[in-house]
Amino acid sequence: MGRRRTALIATLAAIVPLVLGACGSSGSGSGESGSSGDGDQQVTISYWQYTYATKVTEIKKLIKEFEAKNPNIKVQAEDYPHDQFQNKVFAAQKAGTGPDIVNIYNGWVAQFVKQKAIQPIPSDFMSTKDIKDYYVSTVQPQSGDGKFYSLPIAVRSLALFYNKDLFKAAGLDPNKPPQTWDELVADAKKMTVMTDDGRYKQEGFGWNVSGQGYHTFEEVLLRQYGVTPFSDDGRTVQWDSKPGGFDAYQFWMNMTMKDKIGTPDFNTDYSTAFLAGKAGMIIDGSFRLGDMKDAKFDWGVTELPVREAGGMKSNYASYWTNAIATGVSGAKLKAAEKFLKFLISEDVQKDWLKNIGEIPAGKSLSNDKDILDNAQYAPFAKALSYAHTTFFVNEDASRNAFIDATNESLLNNVPLADSWKKLVASQQKVRDDFFGK
Amino acid sequence: MVALEAARAPAGSSPPGRSRGMTLRGRRTRVAYAFLIVPILFYLAIRVYPTLQAFWLSFTVEGSPGLTLANYSRMLQDPIFWQSVYNTFLYTIITVPIEMALGLLLALGIDRMGRFRGFYRIIFFLPYMTSIVAVSWVWRLIYARDTGLLNEILVGLGLPAQGWLNDPDQALLSVAIVMIWQTMGFSMLIFSAGLNAIPKEFYEAARIDGAGGWKMFSRITLPLLNPTIVFLAIIGVIQTLQTFTQIANLTGGDAMGGPLHSTASIVVYMYQQGFESYDMNFASASTVFLFVLILIVTLIQFRVLNRGYKL
Repeated sequence: MGRRRTALIATLAAIVPLVLGACGSSGSGSGESGSSGDGDQQVTISYWQYTYATKVTEIKKLIKEFEAKNPNIKVQAEDYPHDQFQNKVFAAQKAGTGPDIVNIYNGWVAQFVKQKAIQPIPSDFMSTKDIKDYYVSTVQPQSGDGKFYSLPIAVRSLALFYNKDLFKAAGLDPNKPPQTWDELVADAKKMTVMTDDGRYKQEGFGWNVSGQGYHTFEEVLLRQYGVTPFSDDGRTVQWDSKPGGFDAYQFWMNMTMKDKIGTPDFNTDYSTAFLAGKAGMIIDGSFRLGDMKDAKFDWGVTELPVREAGGMKSNYASYWTNAIATGVSGAKLKAAEKFLKFLISEDVQKDWLKNIGEIPAGKSLSNDKDILDNAQYAPFAKALSYAHTTFFVNEDASRNAFIDATNESLLNNVPLADSWKKLVASQQKVRDDFFGK
Repeated sequence: MVALEAARAPAGSSPPGRSRGMTLRGRRTRVAYAFLIVPILFYLAIRVYPTLQAFWLSFTVEGSPGLTLANYSRMLQDPIFWQSVYNTFLYTIITVPIEMALGLLLALGIDRMGRFRGFYRIIFFLPYMTSIVAVSWVWRLIYARDTGLLNEILVGLGLPAQGWLNDPDQALLSVAIVMIWQTMGFSMLIFSAGLNAIPKEFYEAARIDGAGGWKMFSRITLPLLNPTIVFLAIIGVIQTLQTFTQIANLTGGDAMGGPLHSTASIVVYMYQQGFESYDMNFASASTVFLFVLILIVTLIQFRVLNRGYKL
């Protein structure tokens, strides 16, 4: 009995401090890094990004380089899965254990500003004018108040990927991808294979809403049909300001409804279908280049189609961008600025392109010969001069509203004119909700 | 619990009441508390406190001081919220009775088997042990309209292909089928245990009295399974009221709970408000709604289902 009780107490004595210690250590850890800024020369800053293998490796490598040049600054890199990333940041900030620099999607900036999670780029570090001069025009504040809160390394744009083998099999010239939307539909029809009861065996074009589809509609088709999608302040949805808006919608929706060249859920999704060799063409970002290394077919990539030959080009740009968290000040802020300055330098931009496949965001590199001569990068790089970055207030909500409105026509046989009205109204509502109308 | 039992057994064999003037009972209690204190603290910190916090949050709005009912009035005016509530009820009404009926049927069938009993039990229990996420994704491929196995079979049999998860009219049922398929093995296992606990003498006596198979089932098996039925019904209802994972994985990626909110449950609605729109205050209101709903439903179940449990 006595021995047993001693054992029991010993076990408890071992467990309790362990548990309490585990609780305590996270608290003391943040306290440590918080106090390291004052007086002491050594400063530690944290950098958070979402888990994307190549980016995680790249950042670790860059940090080593940076720390070698700045021995008194330590950068701690952490990464979390994409779908939990925003939650993780907001939750950690509320607990006082958030990052000093956070890498976020441009479409999240407004939401982060609203949550007071990030601070404007200090003007004594880089003024709004400095930033505008430094970057290609697709890099915009994205914050709703005209201030820049973040600095990107690279920008992504869209291009048309096409499967040369499927082109050949359908009797098309594999070196002549479509130049206009009408050509795209015609080519896609030839590559689409269906069963007798109307199920797809192969799709000519990876038509979708939730992937790059709705970006393509918003920033490419609408503009080519003469519509500026949003007002300058981002508050007003102007899709139905001109009749071209509905024409664009009809054309786009008919690709799947009437022309039947592709459907959203075929083979899981458009990019999976394309990688599996079951879709003739898809519109996707430069980040897809990495996956294409494993493709078991001959493929090419080209600029997005226009309405008619020689017509207006347009494209959608997006980027992951680095912001300084709210509350970072003093020596930590200076260290964060130094690290940002390093990240957006020309050398890092070039390195980033080589290892990640995203196009440099700096103006100085937009005419770089190495990039424009590369058949894979060129369509994306060229697009940056005419691409538009959507100002998102709540990207998830916009996308969901988009999916719902189009599904009314796709699944419930609601006339296009009605789902169009619903679509425009729901997009406006997302913005009204954000701006508190 | 296990530790408590272990501590108790040897304590009984030693002379009682000798150490430091404490009674045996007192010492036992103290040991119990010592073991329970860690989980209790943990439970308070990560369960009870956030729950209370959610109640508080649901009555406030970010950026404006004071308590308000704004979140609730906004929620009650949102048609998508009501659709989610309606869907959640449908899930419960469809899945719980069917998975219990199938579970009982399986348990009765397997009970009659001589050999391979364990084998069949494992086969039917396997889906329940498999990760819901993995199961959902496999079913998603099976359901796929263009390339899915199910449509291939239907077409092979000369039947028309169906939309399944793509069709707003069929999507909820498709999700429910996965839920039933996965949980009926659990019901089977619990029913098997319940059946084993019924003394065989009852059946022998009934048989001597000339009772037929149906009579024995309805007069002996069913009444004696009542505690099992109550347990499964309550657990099943609570689980389906909280359904999220199957829906998220079967319909996620595009718009979770789609197409057109036809599969959204209350938890999916809460998730979208909290973690897609980041309106924690509003999301808390739907959590509180779900809490109250589960509380009421469970209390009613206790009342109604326990009524018959008297021999």
